Amino acid sequence: MKRVNVPISQPVPFSHEHHVRGLGIDCRYCHTTVEVSAFAGIPPTETCMTCHSQIWTDAEMLEPVRQSYQNNVPLTWNRVYDLPGFVYFNHSIHVSKGIGCSTCHGQVDSMPLMWRVTPLTMAWCLECHRAPERYVRPREAVFSMSYRPPANQLELGRKLIGEYNIRKLTDCYTCHR
Amino acid sequence: MKPSRIDPEAIRSRLRQAQGRDYWKTLEELTNTEEFQRWAEDEFPHRSIEWLRSPNRREALRLMAASFALAGLTGCTVQPQEQIVPYVRQPEQLVPGRPLFFATAMPICGYGLGLLVESHEGRPTKVEGNPAHPGSLGATDAFAQASVLTLYDPDRSRAVTFRNRITTWPRFLTEAAGIRERQSATGGAGLRFLLGATSSPTLAEEIRELQAAYPKALWHFYEPVGGAGARSAAVFGRRLHPIFDLTAVDVILSLDADFLASGPGCLVYSRQFADRRRVTGDIKNMNRLYVAEPALTSTGSVADHRLPIRAVDVEPLARALAREVGAAVEEAPGKPGDAQRAWIKAAAADLQRARGRSLVVAGEGQPPAVHALAYVINEALGNAGRTVRYTEPVLLNTEDYMQSLGALAEAMRQGQVDTLVIAGTNPVYTAPADLGFAEAMALVPTRIHLGLYRDETAELCQWHIPETHFLESWGDVRAYDGTVSIIQPLIKPLYDGRSIYEFLAAFTTAPDRRGYDMIRAYWRKQSGSTDFETFWRTVLHNGVVPNTQASSVAAAANAGAIPPPAPSAEIVATNVEIVFRPDPTVWDGRFANNGWLQELPKPISKLTWDNAALISPATAKALGLRDEDVVEVSYRGRSVRAPVLVMPGHADDSVTVHLGYGRRRAGSVAQGRGFDAYQLRTFDRPWFGEGVEIRKLGETYSLARTQGHHEMGRRDLVRSVTLKELLKNSASTAHEGQHPALSLYPEYAYFGYAWGMVIDQGICTGCSACVVACQAENNIPVVGKAQVLRSREMHWLRIDVYYRGEPENPDVYHQPMLCQHCERAPCEPVCPVAATVHSADGLNQMVYNRCVGTRYCSNNCPYKVRRFNFFLYSDWYTPSLYAMRNPNVTVRSRGVMEKCTFCVQRIESAKIQASKMNRRVEEGEIVTACQAACPTRAIHFGDLNNPNSAVAQMRRHQLGYQVLAELDTQPRISYLEVVRNPNSEMPEA
Repeated sequence: MKRVNVPISQPVPFSHEHHVRGLGIDCRYCHTTVEVSAFAGIPPTETCMTCHSQIWTDAEMLEPVRQSYQNNVPLTWNRVYDLPGFVYFNHSIHVSKGIGCSTCHGQVDSMPLMWRVTPLTMAWCLECHRAPERYVRPREAVFSMSYRPPANQLELGRKLIGEYNIRKLTDCYTCHR
Repeated sequence: MKPSRIDPEAIRSRLRQAQGRDYWKTLEELTNTEEFQRWAEDEFPHRSIEWLRSPNRREALRLMAASFALAGLTGCTVQPQEQIVPYVRQPEQLVPGRPLFFATAMPICGYGLGLLVESHEGRPTKVEGNPAHPGSLGATDAFAQASVLTLYDPDRSRAVTFRNRITTWPRFLTEAAGIRERQSATGGAGLRFLLGATSSPTLAEEIRELQAAYPKALWHFYEPVGGAGARSAAVFGRRLHPIFDLTAVDVILSLDADFLASGPGCLVYSRQFADRRRVTGDIKNMNRLYVAEPALTSTGSVADHRLPIRAVDVEPLARALAREVGAAVEEAPGKPGDAQRAWIKAAAADLQRARGRSLVVAGEGQPPAVHALAYVINEALGNAGRTVRYTEPVLLNTEDYMQSLGALAEAMRQGQVDTLVIAGTNPVYTAPADLGFAEAMALVPTRIHLGLYRDETAELCQWHIPETHFLESWGDVRAYDGTVSIIQPLIKPLYDGRSIYEFLAAFTTAPDRRGYDMIRAYWRKQSGSTDFETFWRTVLHNGVVPNTQASSVAAAANAGAIPPPAPSAEIVATNVEIVFRPDPTVWDGRFANNGWLQELPKPISKLTWDNAALISPATAKALGLRDEDVVEVSYRGRSVRAPVLVMPGHADDSVTVHLGYGRRRAGSVAQGRGFDAYQLRTFDRPWFGEGVEIRKLGETYSLARTQGHHEMGRRDLVRSVTLKELLKNSASTAHEGQHPALSLYPEYAYFGYAWGMVIDQGICTGCSACVVACQAENNIPVVGKAQVLRSREMHWLRIDVYYRGEPENPDVYHQPMLCQHCERAPCEPVCPVAATVHSADGLNQMVYNRCVGTRYCSNNCPYKVRRFNFFLYSDWYTPSLYAMRNPNVTVRSRGVMEKCTFCVQRIESAKIQASKMNRRVEEGEIVTACQAACPTRAIHFGDLNNPNSAVAQMRRHQLGYQVLAELDTQPRISYLEVVRNPNSEMPEA
């Protein structure tokens, strides 16, 4: 049983819809390590405060953020995308090979609270690992929320596989160690 | 079922009948009875009494809890909600998911080993050697590898206590202020400090500060092991520190010295020694090693000629040798015997041929006379200044440890001591039994102890202060050659601990100082540079302070200073001697609470979780003893009960006991393991002595030895040639029993990478650093003695020891054995759930989440390298251990098979890095944990598809072979034959 399409409550009702679509903030402003590490990174409180020390400084909704910053106690977020402990996923390699954020995370720019749009089952992972041409997109469109696969996706995909040197990684050790 | 009694006659007749090369592992195997065969063929032998013991209540509850938890976690439930906790302010260089490495150093017996420690989001998880550090050269020993477990050990002392009640550091500072006031009045006349060995420059300064404050206070230093350097005094007129350079040495003779595996600089000596023995290097210039020693050591096991000799007979041998090379020393009357004399003659001739390119090393356990003889011999051979040089002592303390401790005990008995401050040593446990240290200490009114554990000494002190581990404190330490490293912490102290600097500062007029400030203040003065911050950052980053090595001094060994041989006929009860040695895995007992080191099979005996009285096969026969018999060992009026272990290659009429066991007050891992050999140790003869009586008690005690485990049968597993044979027949070395591989199936083509490993067996000393490195890297659990007795140890990498020749003095061969990643892996087709399958780059993959635990794979593995989690061996319940684990490797649960993965987490990480840059993984980018730790660089890893890689080239070497290649398993690991370099003039024993 996978909790798909169920919004997860958070200590602060952070809205990706507002920050991404409304304000046009890039994914990497907060998820800073997505291109270099296995983890995309959850922003430290300091990142929130770069803006919220200037705007909405007395919004009640942001009280936990200010408390966290003042008292040096981290915020505790509820995980939305949760892989089992024996699965080792690496964001950076997917991003660098042309797998877009929205391919797995969906249209986060229309999510007031976050929910999971994909089941994260092994069969689902393998759908792409066996045939990456069906999902790969140009690198420059990886962080775009408005990108839609073109009609000739398979043709484009095959071209990009060659260009990006993408291999079909279906060895167990690719994800399980 | 126990293997049958060892019968030396049967062994000898079997060896006589044997044809060709004959390697063996155990004495039982040599008799090859039906009983033994049954036992060996049983994959998990049901042989122990402990096994029949039903689990106690706590164990039963634990196992039940585990099974209920598993029952709840089936595939159809919702995963529990997990949390993500980001930083409030993220440190600048920190990228979550990518480890950082920091340079630091591990102090042991006063000397530092430079390390690079891997840190995951602030948690140190794994240590590697620091290639820039002269004492490490990138390698580590087993102790350093296991240090992370000690850091997270839940049994560590956590709070300041006064009379066993928890109190606070400020309260201790108040107490220290009182002491300061009282002692200042008398100049510290009643104040004594007892420290472990140290070389820290900052500590030296602090001690000078304290000496100025308390001019009458005395400082004592004690280590139960180490300090051979102090024995140079007689022959040079002052204490000097010898440093060897084996790069140019052609002939080495060890006088009971295990210089490749213990003592300062052993990692460097191992590397230098191995560099002259690599078959891929200039093998014609191979060095030659002679070792004369009582019990087999790592060094003895790689010797070209080894002479089993009682420790008391080493001095007469050294005297005879000195005379052979022309030094004017007296000979011991009537010694050595004729057989030994022939050995000495041949060795001496060889040494003399290599004048200026030879070396004689005296062992830690030998008296000053033998050290003096070694210095004199080296001088006579023209080696001084070439292969051995002398420096001023690296340690602060230059006095002999025993003298220092003895003086303190005497002062305490005389009532001269009113305050005793002990830091970083555990004398109540480690002092010689006849010193009466604990009783003398009880006479001191105020006793204060700083230590990592609430140990035997802490128990007898009113005040106990928890000490910080080196991974959580600031400090500095010098390497074997004097080079200083700054010890920088990887983590904030886990408990309310203080470093020795902070602890001793409590007795100064500025009591509450931070270690960080003290170290920086000292080095700010020393650096002399105007830009201290740059200097500081550079030395922290590099792990060494430049230009701090000890400079050589000219020294002439004075042969006249060697005392005349002791009168031979001393009246002793028997002529059997006892030899005390530090334990190869728990050392002097300080690592006794470290489960990794307890379960690490000792390099030669392969014993785990215990120590034993080691005796030779002939002595065993004479005394009617066999393995696991309990005996009473009596020596100079004291006795201990010990189990016997019959060791091939041990000197006759000699019993070796290892220190470090029988802890009376230690953590849950160490408590009550083995017997306490310190109980027999005496003040005047701490290392050996004659007059031991051994009485069989008629009981037996199970010893968990892994030597007979994972038996691969008597096949052509380990191979060796002599240098002469190799040079004569350089075209090929014919292998018996090697069949050409025939198969109906076509070969599988590996287009991308093809990972492979080559192990140079000839330079493996069996030191076992790789085994612990593998354990740390791959979250391998400890199973405990009862499970080891059932062959259930979990080590992915083991080092098999093979013997060849007569059990009295066999040749020894080490063979690291791990998953061979066979291209035609026998484990794969038998798995009913495809939990073990092959990857496109040739790895034999083990998928934990698929495994249902049929164990067919392990049954079908000819190399016996698969390990099964019969129970929940991984500790899932101790919170401090969570932080220790490698986050990139699954912590396995019950019912799952596991085995070596070639450190696939390192492979995948390198592949991802390379792939992001659109290039191939280059040679040297992937270093497996075992390879990184290896002091001799015997392990090589790389891409066989890259024709220029070291592994591809070494695999083609004429001495390369694959174990059990005749089964057509096509292993990805190949071994290089052992090459030994015997002296043809040496008479056959």
